[in-house]
Amino acid sequence: MYRNLSIKQKQIVWAWAFLAIPVLFYGVIRFYPTGNAILISFQNWNLLGSRTWAGAENYIKLFRDPVFWKVFQNTFVYLLLGTPISLLISFVVAYHLDQLRFMHGFLRMLYFLPFMTSAVAMAWVWRWFYQPVPIGLFNNFLASVGIPQIEFLRSTTNALPSVLAPAVWAGLGFQIIIFMAGLRSIPRSYYEAARIDGVSTWTILWEITLPLLKPTIVFIVVFSSIGFLRIFDHVFNMTTNDPGGPLNSTEPLVLMIYDTAFNGFDMGYAAAQTVVLFVVLLIVSLLQLRILRDR
Amino acid sequence: MGIKKLKGWALATATGAAALFASAAHAVEIEYWQYFFDARVTAMEKLISNFEAENPGITVKMTTFPYADYRTKVAAAIPAGEGPDVVQLFYGWLNDYVKAQLIQPLPADSFPPAQIEADFFPMVQAMRAGDNYWALPTAVRSLSLFYNERLFAEAGITAPPKTLDELVEVAKKLTKRDAAGNLTQVGITAGMNAQDHHWFREVLVRQFGGDPYLNDYKTVNYNTDAGRKALEFYTGLVKSDKVTAFGFMDEPQAAFKAGRAGMHLDGSFRIGSLKKTRGLKWGVTELPEGPTGIKSNYSSYWVNAITTKAEGEKYDAAVKFMAYVTSDEAMQIWLDVVGELPAKPSVGMTDANANDPVFGPFIRGLAYAHTTKFVNESAQRQVLMDMVQRVDIQGQSVADSLAEAAAAEQKLLDDYYASN
Repeated sequence: MYRNLSIKQKQIVWAWAFLAIPVLFYGVIRFYPTGNAILISFQNWNLLGSRTWAGAENYIKLFRDPVFWKVFQNTFVYLLLGTPISLLISFVVAYHLDQLRFMHGFLRMLYFLPFMTSAVAMAWVWRWFYQPVPIGLFNNFLASVGIPQIEFLRSTTNALPSVLAPAVWAGLGFQIIIFMAGLRSIPRSYYEAARIDGVSTWTILWEITLPLLKPTIVFIVVFSSIGFLRIFDHVFNMTTNDPGGPLNSTEPLVLMIYDTAFNGFDMGYAAAQTVVLFVVLLIVSLLQLRILRDR
Repeated sequence: MGIKKLKGWALATATGAAALFASAAHAVEIEYWQYFFDARVTAMEKLISNFEAENPGITVKMTTFPYADYRTKVAAAIPAGEGPDVVQLFYGWLNDYVKAQLIQPLPADSFPPAQIEADFFPMVQAMRAGDNYWALPTAVRSLSLFYNERLFAEAGITAPPKTLDELVEVAKKLTKRDAAGNLTQVGITAGMNAQDHHWFREVLVRQFGGDPYLNDYKTVNYNTDAGRKALEFYTGLVKSDKVTAFGFMDEPQAAFKAGRAGMHLDGSFRIGSLKKTRGLKWGVTELPEGPTGIKSNYSSYWVNAITTKAEGEKYDAAVKFMAYVTSDEAMQIWLDVVGELPAKPSVGMTDANANDPVFGPFIRGLAYAHTTKFVNESAQRQVLMDMVQRVDIQGQSVADSLAEAAAAEQKLLDDYYASN
């Protein structure tokens, strides 16, 4: 039978033969649980008893839950603050680092180091930085120069930016490396031509560098947006005493899902939240790809 | 080797094998599951070997796994006819396990309810549903007031406080501030995230004349005068008495361990880690009594229960094992090895145990302890944390915040009982 196939068909058979393992793996590890989660979101289940049908009950409960809307809002604040800030900082750093020759490798390593550090360890160190007197690093410094203490984490307004800051910092290294690779891939000849024409540095940046960096920017925006929408470890580890607190002011969607599932054992409700997160991620990613794609 | 010798060997081997098979045929093996915690495993190994010595023909196989996997593993195993015959679970999960038909009631002839109520500390009654007990603890935990002896001596305080008023007075003497007015040492630690939410619910509300819940913990009842006075006292430690700050040094037990807190309210499970803290000299005393002399305490515990998987001779063996792990002997071993308190006055209230300088205050507290029937402990704790945060951070009045908390917790209870 195989003998009778055309070369093209044989190629397809071989392609599928090699793809079989990843396809099977994805099916079992990704798609089956995803489908199952969607199924559970229409059921009630406490992990112990049998599953019972709930219809759209979990979604209605979600829609009416004020905590969910607060959490939903927090999740978007993480996204809307985190993505532009990290994009801007990483571009500025990468742009200047690219032009620097002195200790280039060493500096690049320094920027990349936080990305390799465990988020848990980093969150706990920052949590200690933020403590009030007598142990917190920042507040001890403020107190030593006679400035009143700032409540970083025990405040409904300051807590979210305080938690976000180390998360942004941790992601910078990766974005800087991607930006630098993007900058390197722009042909030198464009810059040389521009310089011969006597164009200003700003014009070069706006007319050559940024337009040619567009694929890189799209990648980083989508990638970091997904990261901020799924933020969990920094928040959870910096607020373990009152997860997502104070008063839900730092709670992202993923933390609410975790809490509902593994403290409340309300798997159906948690699955409904997961489905909402999935839809949000899908919409945000599709929107970004559409807006930022090449015309 | 001569023929005779060979014959002897063959005979001996055959007899030995026969004996082995015979005993194997009569041996019953039951499985016991608990989560992994070093001291608990050691204590249980000791209990199992004692039990097996007393009951030849029964062997107990213990399986342990990480705390986080507990519920999923038990839930998956029992319906499949696998897993434990006797299982350890947190008292707050009992209702879920009963509803899911994972455990069966203890037989009334071996565990008569009247006898249990006479033998055990009163809070164990939470494990009764209808005419049967469903589970029983080997050990229980309660709260006490830890204090730093070095800081007490430095401030010239000779005895730990006995009442809430004394508590505030003593705390004032122990509080220290720097030149700018920032707290550098607190009189007493404060934080609803640790054990203070139990202190508020079961102790302070009762001491100010209230009853935190009605109708078998299905109705929230602390939005009352008593509840308001209790919350005023609690937030007053920060707001008016200024002897502490919420979140001081991140966690209450951290501040106490670091010697930056004069007093610290915590559970008996903290004893072990405090004993290991070098350079800390600490004492422990019963929780201070209320303005009208009411004493109260909160107790929680892990229980053992027989699962629905155990049938026939395994069931009989499981009943015997349950009887042993809830015996006086088992409780004394558990206290000595794990440091958790005996669940019966007959063991706890012996002169040696009740007057023990470390365990004594906790054991005496058991006599008047209450056990909250939580439907979701972490969510109910969150309600009280938010209640204090609203007063502390947002400046909401005590009465409003209390009313909001009571309504939120009532909703949690209603939702749970409506769907279960």
